[in-house]
Amino acid sequence: MRKQTRPPTYGLIAEFESPGDVIAAAERVHEEGYRRVDAYSPYPIEALSEAIGVHHSRLPLMVLIGGIIGGLAGYLMQYYLLVINYPLNVGGKPFHSWPQFVPITFECAVLGAALTAVFGMLALNGLPEPYHPVFNAPNFALASRDRFFLLIMSTDPKFEREQTAGFLKSLGPREVTDVEY
Amino acid sequence: MQRVDNLDDDRGIHTTPAVIEPGHDFGTVTDKISSIVLRKRTPLGWFVGFLISFMLTGMMMGTILYLVMTGIGIWGNNQPVGWAFDIINFVWWIGIGHAGTLISAILLLLRQEWRTSINRFAEAMTLFAVASAGLFPLLHTGRPWLAYWLFPYPNTMGMWPQFRSPLMWDVFAVSTYATVSALFWYTGLIPDLATLRDRARSKFGRVVYGMMALGWRGSARHWHRYEITYLLLAGISTPLVLSVHTIVSFDFAVGIIPGWHATIFPPYFVAGAIYAGFAMVLTLVIPLRKFYGLEDFITERHLRNAAKVMLATGLIVAYGYMMETFTAWYSANTYEEFMIRNRFFGPYAFYYWSLLVCNVVVPQLLWIRFVRHSTVALFVIAMFVNVGMWLERFVIIPISLHRDFLPSSWGMYSPTIFDFTMFFGTIGFFFFLMFLFLRFLPVISIFEMRTMVPEAQLPEEKLP
Repeated sequence: MRKQTRPPTYGLIAEFESPGDVIAAAERVHEEGYRRVDAYSPYPIEALSEAIGVHHSRLPLMVLIGGIIGGLAGYLMQYYLLVINYPLNVGGKPFHSWPQFVPITFECAVLGAALTAVFGMLALNGLPEPYHPVFNAPNFALASRDRFFLLIMSTDPKFEREQTAGFLKSLGPREVTDVEY
Repeated sequence: MQRVDNLDDDRGIHTTPAVIEPGHDFGTVTDKISSIVLRKRTPLGWFVGFLISFMLTGMMMGTILYLVMTGIGIWGNNQPVGWAFDIINFVWWIGIGHAGTLISAILLLLRQEWRTSINRFAEAMTLFAVASAGLFPLLHTGRPWLAYWLFPYPNTMGMWPQFRSPLMWDVFAVSTYATVSALFWYTGLIPDLATLRDRARSKFGRVVYGMMALGWRGSARHWHRYEITYLLLAGISTPLVLSVHTIVSFDFAVGIIPGWHATIFPPYFVAGAIYAGFAMVLTLVIPLRKFYGLEDFITERHLRNAAKVMLATGLIVAYGYMMETFTAWYSANTYEEFMIRNRFFGPYAFYYWSLLVCNVVVPQLLWIRFVRHSTVALFVIAMFVNVGMWLERFVIIPISLHRDFLPSSWGMYSPTIFDFTMFFGTIGFFFFLMFLFLRFLPVISIFEMRTMVPEAQLPEEKLP
C-alpha cells in the first residue's frame, strides 16, 4: 500500500484542554480500532491510560523478583562468609546463627526491590530518551503544564493521513497537527 | 475522594482549612511553584541564609580537616564514655530524616492527601539529614579513609566483616536507607524536572533540567508504570524506615549496659524519630511558607496535622520514658535501679529533667486548639522538641556509659569545642544543602499538586 519504508510523519496529534475531553477522545479512538496510540498529560490519570488500553504491567513481578534476589543474595553472602569462608566463634553462638542474619537479609531485599522498581520503570519506559518526535508538536511544552494530547502513530495499521485527521477533528480538540520526525 | 473537606464540622466555627486554597488550576499551581526556581532574581534573604550556612559548613570542614590530621582525640569522648556527641548526633539526624519517609511513603499508603504539598520538601530533609548523620560514624571510625572496610569485599587480608554485630546491620540499614530515599526523591522529581525544562527561559536551564528529566514527556503509558513504581517504592520504604531506626536502637539494645539493654527500644526509637522529624518539618516549613508565599499550598491544615502527629508520637515517647523507669524498678536489678537514680539525681540530672520538660511537658500544650492554630506557638514547641530529642540521646548514651557496673571505672564526660563545631557545622551543612535545593529544584511536587486542584476531578467522580 505504502511505497515509503518510513511514513512521512511520526503521527497525528490532537490537543485538548481538559482531562475529561482527552479521556473521552481516547476512548473513541480505542473503540475505532486504533492501537498504536499514546496520550500525554501533565499528571497521572488512571482513566486515560486505561482508555488507550494499558492495563497490566510486568513491573510488579519484576520488583518481586528483584526483592527475592536481593534477599537471597544477602542471606547467602552472610552464610558463605560466616559459616564456610571465615567461621569465627562469637560468644559461643553457632556459626549459622540465622536470627542475626535477618536484618541484613531484609535490607538487601529492600535494596534489590527498590533498585528494580526505579531502574525497571525507566527501562520499560525507554528512558532516558533525549530526543522524541512528539516534542516537535506545537504547544507540546504545555503537556507538562495544563494541556492534554492524544497521538495516533503513523505506524498504526488503520492510519490514513486524511481520514484519521478528520476523525480526530471530530472529537473536539483545539487543534490537530502532524508530528514531524 | 475528598479534596476540600470542610464538611466535618457544619457549625461553621471550627472548619478545617483546605489542603489547597481555592482558586487554583493546573496553570497557576505550575507557575507558582516553578517560579521559585525559574525567577531570575534570587531574593536577598536567600543569600543571607546561604552565606551563614555556608560559613557553618566551612567550620565543619575545618573540624573534619583537623580531626583527620590529628585523630578523634580532639573530641571529648574517652573511657568510660566511648560514645558521645558523635553517636548522639548520628541518631538525632537519622531520626529527623524519618519523618520525610513517613510523610512520603506511609501517608501515601494511608491516602492522606495533605501530604502532597510537603512530601518533596520532607524527602529532601530526609536526604540531607541522612547525609549529615552519616558523617558522624564515618569520622568516628577514626580512619575514615578506611571506612570501606565495613563493606564485604574480597581483600588481601583474607578477612570479612562480622555480620553478627548490630554495627554492621547499621551499615547496611543506613546505606540502604540513603540509597532508597535518594531513588524515591529523584523518581518523584522526574516529571517536575520536565516541567522546568519546558518552562526554563535560559538555554542552560533547559539543557540541565532536560538532562535531569531523562526525556520525560508525560506519556500515559509512562505514567502507568510510574504510578506503579511510586506506589511500590512507598510500600517498600514503609518497612524500611521502621527497620532503620529499629536497627539503630539495636546498636544499644543488643549491648548489656544498663539504660541500653531494653526490649522497648525499637518502638520507642521509631516513635522518637517520627516525633523529632515532624518537629523539624514544622521548624523548616513555617518560615519557608512565609518567605516564599506558599500559604496557599502549605496551609494551616498541614501545620495542625503535623502538630497532631507530634502530640501522638510525643505521648508514645513519654510512655517509653515511663517504661524505662518502671522496668528498672520491676527488674529488681541493682544496676538498672542505679541507672535510673543516676539519671534522676546524678551529676547530669539537669539534662534529664530538661529532657522531660522539652519532650513531655511542653508538647502537652498541643492539646489546646488555639495553640495548634498558632503558627508562632507551633514553631516554639517544635524548637523545644528538637532540643528535647537531642537531650534524649544525650541521656541514653553518655549518662548510661559514664557510670555502669564498677564504681572504679566510673568517669565524667564533657564535650570539647570540636564536638560543638562539628555538631553546629552539620546543622550548617544541612541548611546549606537545603538552600541549594530551594533555589534549584521545585520545593513542592508540582505534578502531584495538579491532581489536587478542582479541575482534575473527572465528571464521573463529581457525581454523588
